Amino acid sequence: MTLVRADRPQRSPAASRATVSTPADAGKGRRRRRGKHQWTAWAFTLPLVVYLAGFYLYPLYRNLDLSLHHYTVRSFVAGGAPFSGWDNFGQVLHDPTFWPAIRNTFVFTLVSIAVQYCAGLALAVFFNRNFRLSGLLRALFLIPWLLPLIVSSSTWAWMMNSESGVLNYALHFIGVSPVDWLTSPHWALTSVVIANIWIGIPFNLVILYSGLQNIPADLYEAAALDGAGSWQVFRRITFPLLRPVSAVVLLLGFVYTLKVFDLIWIMTKGGPGDSSSTLATWSYRLGFGSLLPQFGPGAAVGNILILIALVFGLLYIRVQRSQES
Amino acid sequence: MRHLRRTLIAAVLATGTLTSAVACSSAGGSDDSGGSAKGTYTFWDPYPQFDASSEWGKRVAGCGTQAGVTVKRTAMDTTDLGNKALLAAQQGNAPDIMLVDNPVVSTLVQAGILNKTGDLGLNTSSIQQNILGAGVMDGSAYGVPIGANTLALYYNKDILKTAGVDPAGIKDWATLTAALQKVKTAGKKGITFSAIGTEEGSFQFLPWFWGAGGDLTRLNDPNGVAALSLWKDWVSQGLAPNDVLQNTQTTSWQEFATGRYAFGENGTWQLANAAKAGFPYGVINIPARNGGSAPAPTGGEFVTVPVQKATGRYDVTKKIVNCLISPTNLLATDTTLSYVAPTSAVQQQQVQQNAALKPWVSAVAAARGRTSNGLGTKYPVISQQMWTAVQSALSGGKSPQAALDAAQAAAGRKG
Repeated sequence: MTLVRADRPQRSPAASRATVSTPADAGKGRRRRRGKHQWTAWAFTLPLVVYLAGFYLYPLYRNLDLSLHHYTVRSFVAGGAPFSGWDNFGQVLHDPTFWPAIRNTFVFTLVSIAVQYCAGLALAVFFNRNFRLSGLLRALFLIPWLLPLIVSSSTWAWMMNSESGVLNYALHFIGVSPVDWLTSPHWALTSVVIANIWIGIPFNLVILYSGLQNIPADLYEAAALDGAGSWQVFRRITFPLLRPVSAVVLLLGFVYTLKVFDLIWIMTKGGPGDSSSTLATWSYRLGFGSLLPQFGPGAAVGNILILIALVFGLLYIRVQRSQES
Repeated sequence: MRHLRRTLIAAVLATGTLTSAVACSSAGGSDDSGGSAKGTYTFWDPYPQFDASSEWGKRVAGCGTQAGVTVKRTAMDTTDLGNKALLAAQQGNAPDIMLVDNPVVSTLVQAGILNKTGDLGLNTSSIQQNILGAGVMDGSAYGVPIGANTLALYYNKDILKTAGVDPAGIKDWATLTAALQKVKTAGKKGITFSAIGTEEGSFQFLPWFWGAGGDLTRLNDPNGVAALSLWKDWVSQGLAPNDVLQNTQTTSWQEFATGRYAFGENGTWQLANAAKAGFPYGVINIPARNGGSAPAPTGGEFVTVPVQKATGRYDVTKKIVNCLISPTNLLATDTTLSYVAPTSAVQQQQVQQNAALKPWVSAVAAARGRTSNGLGTKYPVISQQMWTAVQSALSGGKSPQAALDAAQAAAGRKG
């Protein structure tokens, strides 16, 4: 949705700017018409600008404002919180939770994405062969994506319960001693990663599958005539031609996974200790997790998260640019 | 041009998706419950389980009718309520009456959004001091407790009989642990409680912490360590299940209700469920380390009156509040909520009606407010560190001493 709306109106001012730069012998009437055009163009962008300002810029500004002031519950209600510069960020950086949260955020994000992408790609290639019932099977794979996160996360939490979970029951059957999936500091992060991978595979499958459909069949025919093996076909044709789609999947996956909150909160609340805390859950915990909210530090953690996403977004653009040139 | 477009798309994607997650937390929440309409009074409570047709819903509506106005009641989750209250106050549309969990009162007082009960002319003299304590800041009360609840140990009579344990013999920690071991030997499970990483976890840990003589301002003194070691030993010896770390009080109750556990630490509010559990149960007070009853924390809500610009509304508000908490109505209110009344006169009436409430009345009498004794808004900071320490120790991440040392250091830094 945003994709479409973001790029379309962009053209209008650019186009009218191009008109402005025509030779300077233009008469008064033409200028008035151009002015009118320009106003019309701006009017078209107005809804988007209002939307962006109201729903993106203002919350961003508020979040930044929160993180740069020393808010107490009193000043939150009555106003007049003193400006505290980078104090909240300093406090957050020196908090013992900071480095574990950073580490967990990256482990959670990178492992989730890597496995989701590989599994999604493998499944996409598999379903690309179009065998009997492949449509039905593909639809079944979408179920994790259709379920509300609260349902899938709670179900995973029940399955991973160390006393009565079905997972430990299954392990017991094959003679493995039970694992404290969600209550051991060594396993908690792994457990939420497993659940998150399961939820993320369909997204990767769908996008990569549609990418595969766009690869011309004659390339494969030509490869077959040249006697290429299936691994060679994948490495030389499928994977390179899928690269633009892969880049989109990975970037979107990164941004989605970076901010995953509900899944972790429902399954472990970031615990035990900080063993499965990420920046997203930590930010929430600071802001709303106790009876006394700490809005400033909570917002500061949120801003760090935004910054990380921005850095990776820009990195993606750079990579794209160098590929194009 | 393409680059520009891409940059824009990526930037919008990256920031947009994230801010929607982060920012709704700071800016959201405008309710239409301003209460500006004449004759309509807004009322918030943390009882979403009671709808308009429930006894409680009717009682609230009835008190409005008596005062000659309409009460617009909104129920929400108890953790939501505190945050929503702050946001509403910030936007100048706090409700006329608000029922909040007792440890939240001090936070709301600090925010400056509650009226003193004395200024409103509400009478709190008959309320038991230990129950009222959570709502008293600098010598003034800021709310009236609607009722109280606290924790005790439910036990499964059948299991104790099989294991040869006499519940009357459980007087201190040593006899309780011995009983748990007997139960385990008999092939049953010992005790379940909630040690989750939220306020519930601290609430459940406090009877043991206070029962050891622990002091919330010195979490890591030997008494506090003894309490955490008790829980830790139960879990590592298999006397308590490992999933207590994830248990809310509700899921802990569900474990006890399976009939496989000898003991369950839970509250007054489960009494109605206990009758439906399908096995005979009993209740004992939580023992202190060296004998006697441990002080448990008081639970239950306070009726508070947020500050309004239109001070003329207070007269009607007072009528509605008095209708809910006047001695004649309190019995009905607390029976509806399955709470112990905050006044001894009504408690006696309750015990006469239902003898099962007797241990609960004595537990409430021995209970302490979490924010009492001048702790106020220091309590939330301490509590958060305390449940973190419980989680670290029970999961095996840290020893009880190390976990509480870290908690004390963090609470001192932030408090």
